[in-house]
Amino acid sequence: MLDVKAGDNASFDSLLLKYRSPLVNFLYRMVRDRATAEDLAQDVFLRVYRARKQYIPSAKFTTWLFRIATNAALNSVRDNRHQRMAVSLDVPAREEPEALPRELPAREMRIDEHLLERDRVEFIQRAIAALPEKQRAAVLLHKYEEMDYAEIAQILDCTEAALKSLLFRAYENLRVQLAPLVNPSALSQRAAERRPS
Amino acid sequence: MNCEKVSQELIAYLDGRMDSAKRRETEEHLASCAACRGRAEQFRRVWTVMDEVPVIEPSFGFDARVRQRVAAGPERGWLAWFVPQARLAFSAVLLIALTVWIAKRTSNPATGGPAGSTEQDFNAIQHLGVLENYDVVTKMDALSELVPSADQKPQTPETEPRESND
Repeated sequence: MLDVKAGDNASFDSLLLKYRSPLVNFLYRMVRDRATAEDLAQDVFLRVYRARKQYIPSAKFTTWLFRIATNAALNSVRDNRHQRMAVSLDVPAREEPEALPRELPAREMRIDEHLLERDRVEFIQRAIAALPEKQRAAVLLHKYEEMDYAEIAQILDCTEAALKSLLFRAYENLRVQLAPLVNPSALSQRAAERRPS
Repeated sequence: MNCEKVSQELIAYLDGRMDSAKRRETEEHLASCAACRGRAEQFRRVWTVMDEVPVIEPSFGFDARVRQRVAAGPERGWLAWFVPQARLAFSAVLLIALTVWIAKRTSNPATGGPAGSTEQDFNAIQHLGVLENYDVVTKMDALSELVPSADQKPQTPETEPRESND
């Protein structure tokens, strides 16, 4: 980044190449829309480039980069919340023409009946997306970006102790949400109990 | 270590980001507490399940679009803060012009607005006594003090008798 600050555009290309994938993935998992995630990632790179002269290497570059990205994602999620709430159940869940209308999550039954790979991934992604915004950002930075606590705390502007508590609550939520996948024996036991003898 | 303390440190323990002393304490607690041990195991499974989420690649042309925006975008310095956007500036000017026009229209009675200002009304009321005094109006003594100029015509006889009659 210091080379970019010094006016070396080739170094900016290197940054772009190195961080585009983690950034797009992080933003995609935050906003759950690929086009929006890519737009936001472009905005982040643009902001980094424009702020290059003010860059002070007081923190790691990734901390700075993901702080910008997290703020952009949180703003986007907050701006679009009302739109998402207004989504009709009649609208197909995916953009494919043959997609069925949305279903309310009858989680246990559905997982028990057909656990196709795509459904599993969709189920996991929905569970992550259902987390409160700050918990979601903390989990994504911790699990997928493998950042240390000090870095994540700096990005989310909280203390390390608060972050540990936040992460614990987030994983506890996920443990409950993903129970059918985490604890499949309990699920089949419950399904057997429901079955008429 | 109790369950509450362990739950605060459980993520760090599972991460392997805990110093050896704390790690030993946590392990001792987990060995004796089935609930915490079960939770730790389930957290491990949650992490394994989360690994199933695939990694996506940025779409073709992502880099080109970033470079294009970097090359095209004008750099907005601190001075840009003071420069309003063209549409915003136009709207503001239009709004000010409209406000001035409406204000002028309402203050001018000739254009059909409300009759006169408060100041005009006050002047009329102030001189109402004089206008109501018939003597003042008819005798017009004040006019007699005026010296007639050379080019002024002499008063016609028709006006004189009227004064004498009064």
